[in-house]
Amino acid sequence: MRALVITVMVATMCCPLLASDLKAPATVVAGTDFVIASAESQGGTFYLIGPSLVSKREVQNGSEISVPGDEIKSAGVYTALLCSGAGCVSTDFYVKPSSPARLSLLAHPSRVRVAEPNAISAVALVFDKFRNLVVEPAQVEFQAVAGEAQPISQSRTAANGIAWIRLTSGKKEGPIKVGAIIGPAKELRVVRQVASDACNLRIKPEWAAGKFYVSTDPVRDCSGNAVPDGTVVSFTKTDRSGKTTVDAPVKRGIARVQMPVDGNARIFVASGVVTGNELNVTGKQ
Amino acid sequence: MKYVLSISIGAVTFLLICIAWLQSGGLARERMRSSRTPDEATRLLLTQVQARNWDKALSSLANTNDVDKASFVHDLGGSNGSLLTYATLEKFDVWPLHANEQQATVRAKLHYSTAVGPLDDVRDFQVQRAGDTWKVSWPAGKLEKPAPQVIPVNYLRWDVINRGAEDDWGVQNVDSPQVRIVSMNALQRPDRVVILGEIVNEDTIPAYINVGATLLRADGNAMAQENSFDKISHILLPKQVSPYRIDFPGVQLKDIKSVRMDAKSMLVPASADPVIAVNRQRLETDPLGKKVLRGELLNQSGQIVNIPHVLASYYDGSGKVIWVSDGYVDQELQPQIPVSFAVDLPDDIAPKVQNYHVTVNHFSSSHTS
Repeated sequence: MRALVITVMVATMCCPLLASDLKAPATVVAGTDFVIASAESQGGTFYLIGPSLVSKREVQNGSEISVPGDEIKSAGVYTALLCSGAGCVSTDFYVKPSSPARLSLLAHPSRVRVAEPNAISAVALVFDKFRNLVVEPAQVEFQAVAGEAQPISQSRTAANGIAWIRLTSGKKEGPIKVGAIIGPAKELRVVRQVASDACNLRIKPEWAAGKFYVSTDPVRDCSGNAVPDGTVVSFTKTDRSGKTTVDAPVKRGIARVQMPVDGNARIFVASGVVTGNELNVTGKQ
Repeated sequence: MKYVLSISIGAVTFLLICIAWLQSGGLARERMRSSRTPDEATRLLLTQVQARNWDKALSSLANTNDVDKASFVHDLGGSNGSLLTYATLEKFDVWPLHANEQQATVRAKLHYSTAVGPLDDVRDFQVQRAGDTWKVSWPAGKLEKPAPQVIPVNYLRWDVINRGAEDDWGVQNVDSPQVRIVSMNALQRPDRVVILGEIVNEDTIPAYINVGATLLRADGNAMAQENSFDKISHILLPKQVSPYRIDFPGVQLKDIKSVRMDAKSMLVPASADPVIAVNRQRLETDPLGKKVLRGELLNQSGQIVNIPHVLASYYDGSGKVIWVSDGYVDQELQPQIPVSFAVDLPDDIAPKVQNYHVTVNHFSSSHTS
């Protein structure tokens, strides 16, 4: 491959004056067949040098050289070169991307708290079927569907192959499907809307079989969504035996711990940076 | 001539054996066999413990028949994969507290070398006269075991499926957990600068976290970089808060212009169990006159926690974190059986402490968290 490239480069430098003898269309669409015309009726060796391909073949008729679409899949500047006994002729031409046919959709973040303004971003990159970035303006249709609700659509014009949108997360937890459509291409991502910080965190005392338990009311955020199981709730009790702390995870919507009580006790609760109510209890029996 | 060589080899071998015997404390053991004083009796016992010669150690006690061997070995050598099973008694210091003709109290400071670093244990031994010799009287007691029972554990567990290496660019992945440093405080200690504070997992999934700090000079260049190593709970469940502490030995606070904090988080599989209660916490002064935070750990789950690690954050009157201390507990946590712990606190910090919070890291042979 290196030898071929060096040959082509040397040949190109040796015959700059003959370049005008080879004529290609100014722009060609990627993946389409086209013809390069030449004043040279004799055959010779034809070279095609592109961004991701270099090819070489013998041609019998130099006046009309057919280039199959398979050789120009990548967009960019190509050089065509025809060498015969009389010398070499060359020309440059540009291959542009074909029509939009594929999308890459980047949705961020994968988890978002409910009711967060402009928290979800969706960025679509428009490609043709050969993975060339389509830089010409194109309309991208963004869609967002939360649960069983009606889809919300917005259209954006892709500039330099990129279109994006920002979305505010809903008030109910659950997945939101974010999609982008252009032509035959459609991509879908799922962003999970999760409960926010606990709100109005409350604890209550319980006695069962002579043991003292503290449990929370169902732990919810300010929009009424239950915080996910596993969320840690910190219980702190102070009585005459000292201080007791327990980090208990929420299970089935509530957190519950057993604590020994010695005399009068004060119990606090917190989850992350959120604090809840305070309990004053007296040890029983 | 041929006899000279074999005699020389024999002599050298004998000399090496003697050196090895002396190095292993053989001379001390021989000297201690007499146990003519309470100190010597304690040293004899600890020498046998050091050699993990449990039968001899047990037979050297004044109340051999009252002591349960399993309990004795558990107390000094550990069991169930606890920290003591990964430790050796490196050395010990012994000094008398008080004595009369028949009884004495001897205090010993045991220096263990463990898998997580040095560990010190201070114990008071009751020593009794038995004829011409003295013997340690070991506190009689059976090894506490959980009663046979079924403990239902409906624990939560998070598993992670990440994007595969073969997936196309732009294919969705799961984001790293959102964590936030909620407080940071820089302290000048006599020999070091200490950065400490708290970090919270704000996400709804568990996070593996690490906190790093870079000290910057006045010209903006980095002076030193460290991370919290084991002075942090690395795995945080949703909304869980962990203290962190980063030490910079040999650095002066006056040389630092600013500190760049770096909280890294990773998505990892985790379990919400076990739940460990920290009971009876109180600040006390230990027998050596040092301020300590004592308490009891109670494993509320059904699985043995092999190595508990206690992390304590201390707050001043304004709620600012003024110190973070930690300590490994040398005994394992059996289900429902309380185990004592103590972590130390610098004497100059102790008067400023208005509040404290204790969290527990746990390392189990089946999983770590």
